[in-house]
Amino acid sequence: MSLEAGSVPDHVETWADFRSRAMRSRSLLVGTILVAIILCGALASFIWTPFDVTQLIIADRLKPPSSTHWFGTDHFGRDIFSMIMVGARNSIAVAFVAVGIGMAIGVPLGTWAAARRGIVDDILMRFNDVVFAFPAVVSAVMITAIFGPGQFNAIIAIGIFNIPVFARVARGAALSLWSREFIMAAQVSGKNAARITFEHIIPNIANLLMVQGTIQFSLGILAEAGLSYLGLGTQPPWPSWGRMLNEAQTMVAFAPHMAVFPGLAIVITVLGLNLMGDGLRDLLDPRLRRER
Amino acid sequence: MAWFFAKRLVSFTVTLALATIVIFTMLEIVPGDPARLMLGINATQDAVDALRQQMGLDIPPLARYFAWVSGMLTGDFGRSYTYSVPVAELIGDRLWVSLPLAMISLALSTLVALPVGIAAASRRGSAADTGIMASTQLGVAIPNFWFAILLVYVFAVTLRWVPAGGFPGWDKGLMPGLTALILPSIALALPQAAILSRVTRSALVEALGEDYIRTARAKGLGRRAVLWRHALRNALIPVVTIMGLQFAFLLAGTIIIENVFYLPGLGRLVFQAITQNDLPVVQNVVMLLVATVIIINFLVDIAYALIDPRLRKREA
Repeated sequence: MSLEAGSVPDHVETWADFRSRAMRSRSLLVGTILVAIILCGALASFIWTPFDVTQLIIADRLKPPSSTHWFGTDHFGRDIFSMIMVGARNSIAVAFVAVGIGMAIGVPLGTWAAARRGIVDDILMRFNDVVFAFPAVVSAVMITAIFGPGQFNAIIAIGIFNIPVFARVARGAALSLWSREFIMAAQVSGKNAARITFEHIIPNIANLLMVQGTIQFSLGILAEAGLSYLGLGTQPPWPSWGRMLNEAQTMVAFAPHMAVFPGLAIVITVLGLNLMGDGLRDLLDPRLRRER
Repeated sequence: MAWFFAKRLVSFTVTLALATIVIFTMLEIVPGDPARLMLGINATQDAVDALRQQMGLDIPPLARYFAWVSGMLTGDFGRSYTYSVPVAELIGDRLWVSLPLAMISLALSTLVALPVGIAAASRRGSAADTGIMASTQLGVAIPNFWFAILLVYVFAVTLRWVPAGGFPGWDKGLMPGLTALILPSIALALPQAAILSRVTRSALVEALGEDYIRTARAKGLGRRAVLWRHALRNALIPVVTIMGLQFAFLLAGTIIIENVFYLPGLGRLVFQAITQNDLPVVQNVVMLLVATVIIINFLVDIAYALIDPRLRKREA
């Protein structure tokens, strides 16, 4: 963390101080545990699932939760616990890449707008306003429907809407830094805008981007679930939480467990990421720290 | 003020114009010929050409774009390929389901969120505040379509209080219509209520920390009076902004919820139109939703400036 010019900190925080503060943050702790549970399930699914998710055993259809099938089975006799494990990796992959797209394009755009100001800034921000005006669900449905349903197009559809979010956050944070003394000092020393952006601006806004990344990640999980629910996300035979809920809807009268568990998986992931985001913001934003 | 208004009006018009270009371009690059898709692979080239001409697809894209925009300005939204009726008529019919749905949801979310947010802010740091904040975190994390399925299971399948889906039409009476919209409205309102509670709480907490509140308290005004008479009024500005935006997004959010409940609204119309390649419907409904967001943003900006003179001075 670089020191702000003109402000003298009460004391320089050591790594141990930071770690002890992180451990005390309840939101961060609970959030990390929830996300870790889902992440472990997703990673484990690459080498092991209790049952094969592509195997249909009609004789075992609609079985309630038991010691054999912890979360019961669906209308094709597939094990719901195994499907949730594999679904986790699809959801996480889609949301993660979508956030990556948003950051990779949005952050350079936002920092460029902040460095150049003037007409470049105006044009970029106007485009941002336009993309922001598109209700994300409708546009994501439109994009996936135009280019065909599937995991890749779902990533693109969700990723596009992350671009203006990161551009706006990066621009706002970068703008406030450009008027600071340490940036002026860098300018006086002859560094150009691109170098200042890479060496000083981006490292200083990285915390903020990380927090925003966590929030967008959780929104990405919800968006992927929504698209899959409508049949536009991950395609069969690979399970996805959203499509599991779609299939559960018609069976809810006979097999409510089919609807309960995939939904809980979504809630746990989104809740975990939101809590992590809150915890990280409190931990990384020195302004909030002083206020507490 | 006139300068501020003019600047905002230009920005509003540019955003709206850019939105029409984005929507038109997106639908221009749809793979496949709509006429060929409608007639099937066995249709003769002559038949496809005739339909292309009838649908206006033989006109160059630029001319088609201007025809679409000028048509919209005069209230002509074109004809649906699948339903063969004017799109304006379709939108009009479907709005009678989606608009009440969005309005009831907004009313529900406001009725829940304001008292909850105020209660949390006025007891900041207490167990009640922590409990409320934890519940709102949960509310934000619950996907509305999952909540909808659970509501159907409890209230329609198990208790049989309300229908599980469908819409009888307003001509069957007000009560059957409202009953069909209860569960969808609750499902749609839940995440919005959670967000609005959080916004209300944080806006109120910020307002309560201002100097004028301290002055009012120092003058001997009670906590309750300060909260209701001074803090809440100032905190309402961000709350109303979010409410405005939520309305537009509630209208768009119907796309999933109307599919869960098989409601013949705008969301289901646009979803079906997308899957059926009914471009005039997709183009105009999406434009309507986007325009709603842009118009609300513009009105909020103007309202802000009218309420807060500092803002228009800074902007001008």
